[in-house]
Amino acid sequence: MGLLYGLIAVGLALIFGLMDVVNFAHGEFLMIAMYASFFLFAFFAIDPLLSAPLVAAALFVFGAVVYLLVVRFAMRAKANAGMVQIFSTFGLAIVMRGLAQFFFTPDYRSIPQSWLGGKTISVAGIFLPEPQLIGALVSIAAFAGLYFFIHRTDFGRALEATREDPGAVALVGIDKNRVFALGWGLGAALVGLAGAIMAVFFYIYPDVGASFALIAYVTVALGGFGSVFGAFAGGIIVGLVEAVTALVLPPSLKSVGIYAVYLLVVFIRPRGLFGSM
Amino acid sequence: MDKNFAARRRRDLIIAAVLAALAALAPLFIKDVYVQNILILTLMYAALSQSWNILSGYCGQISLGHALYFGIGAYTTELLFTKFGVLPWFGMLAGGVIAAVIAMGLGYPFFRLRGHYFVIATIVIAEIGLLLFQNWEWAGAAMGITIPVRGDSWLKFQFMRSKLPYFYFALALCSLAWFVTWWLEDSKWGFWWRAVKDNPEAAESLGVVVFNSKMGAAAVSAFLVAVGGAFYAQFLAYIDPESVMGFQFSLLMALPAVLGGIGTLWGPVLGAAILIPMTELTRSYIGGSGRGVDLIVYGTLIVLISLALPQGLVSLFSRTKAKRATR
Repeated sequence: MGLLYGLIAVGLALIFGLMDVVNFAHGEFLMIAMYASFFLFAFFAIDPLLSAPLVAAALFVFGAVVYLLVVRFAMRAKANAGMVQIFSTFGLAIVMRGLAQFFFTPDYRSIPQSWLGGKTISVAGIFLPEPQLIGALVSIAAFAGLYFFIHRTDFGRALEATREDPGAVALVGIDKNRVFALGWGLGAALVGLAGAIMAVFFYIYPDVGASFALIAYVTVALGGFGSVFGAFAGGIIVGLVEAVTALVLPPSLKSVGIYAVYLLVVFIRPRGLFGSM
Repeated sequence: MDKNFAARRRRDLIIAAVLAALAALAPLFIKDVYVQNILILTLMYAALSQSWNILSGYCGQISLGHALYFGIGAYTTELLFTKFGVLPWFGMLAGGVIAAVIAMGLGYPFFRLRGHYFVIATIVIAEIGLLLFQNWEWAGAAMGITIPVRGDSWLKFQFMRSKLPYFYFALALCSLAWFVTWWLEDSKWGFWWRAVKDNPEAAESLGVVVFNSKMGAAAVSAFLVAVGGAFYAQFLAYIDPESVMGFQFSLLMALPAVLGGIGTLWGPVLGAAILIPMTELTRSYIGGSGRGVDLIVYGTLIVLISLALPQGLVSLFSRTKAKRATR
């Protein structure tokens, strides 16, 4: 479970953590991805596991378009940049929820049978549900890929440089908008991956994103802004804390533990665990 | 400050007095209960947003957890009323004081945090409050509290037949929040807060006790929001955790100030005057289908306004004024 939170958070870690742009519509990206996965299954009987790359590709385009249509202008704001980002993406989230209600109706949907659904696998006597296991593996792969991408490729360096100083970056011939649009696309694609996997074992409805989004923010902040590894570690900690809290407190209170741990961590280390900002 | 500033402040006060007087007369012409309802909500959100603006706008500590104080105000009032028979007026004050004390208690660790870490901490603490109230059996848990009807009276602040008393209270609260802001704007606190917002290090080096001024802003802001919460509870005669402490409340409180102009005297009132009727009208005229068209319209408007006017609607006025001045 922790790795799943990590998987949702990894896309956010890129957008929010590395580019320092607040995206309050992150949960809605997840929701769209889950619907995409659902409809690919319902109409074309493509198993979510196979459609995951398709969903990721679709979300990549979607993320880049959102950046070009909305976020680009939000970042241009000279005053109150933070608030403009918060509320323009929040407005976007509302629009997306409304559109989902309009086109998909507020009904709860789920993918009844898939290759993975309901199966368990036994590892050394411990039964693990298969979809979660696959989710965990994908999550680790996604983190590794992102880490490599940020630290080893020209694009990753361009991304970090653009956040640091857009003006200087323009001087050396990097198009800020292109870099960030790609960054947003990539972030959204990662959420798409998460959504496709989660569609297998969660109900899908227009507000589904909200319940995961907050935990994703906490995960990123817990790990510290500006650190891919931090978000990964944050995801694992969040998952563990939730599991432990669920044992001690009634299940409806399980998120309290996560929140309390976040507060504890930032009180001791105001930059999160591995944050550089 | 110079003469211009003093003149502007006098002018603001006069405008506010005229507006409040006009608003007080409005019910003479507006008999429609539905419209009165919208007016009450508009005034309430203006008051809440004005209070939020003190901490987040003037002092620059963006809080997206003010629903916590709103809920505390509502719950303190109703728990005291239903369990101990304490009149809502006292409950309202008690709620305000408790919220202010909690705000200062939380401020102690919170104000060390900066930027996103602070914002997320405020969201998280409100969410913890929400979850605790949802699981607190004595306080009605997720079912909430229904406020027993004891007949219309000012003493119990309960009115079934007419909405007018609520309207006047909301107007009074809104005026109070505006006046407090107006008064603080020119006090030493107001100057400290703006200094803290612009550059905390510089402010500190000039002798502003940054920590104390943040605490002051948090306490005033929380107190007023909690009074608003108490009002809302009496107005609806029913509360449950999600409807008074949910995250959407924190956003709804911030939204008018942001759209109107964050950290400005008139921003919250202006924002609320446009946003709340818009919300209610889209909800009742195109929300009936249950298919989210109202959400689409509402969300689109928020995106457009926040992108087009990053400094809020207030900037429209100052822009035209600046143009006139240059002529």
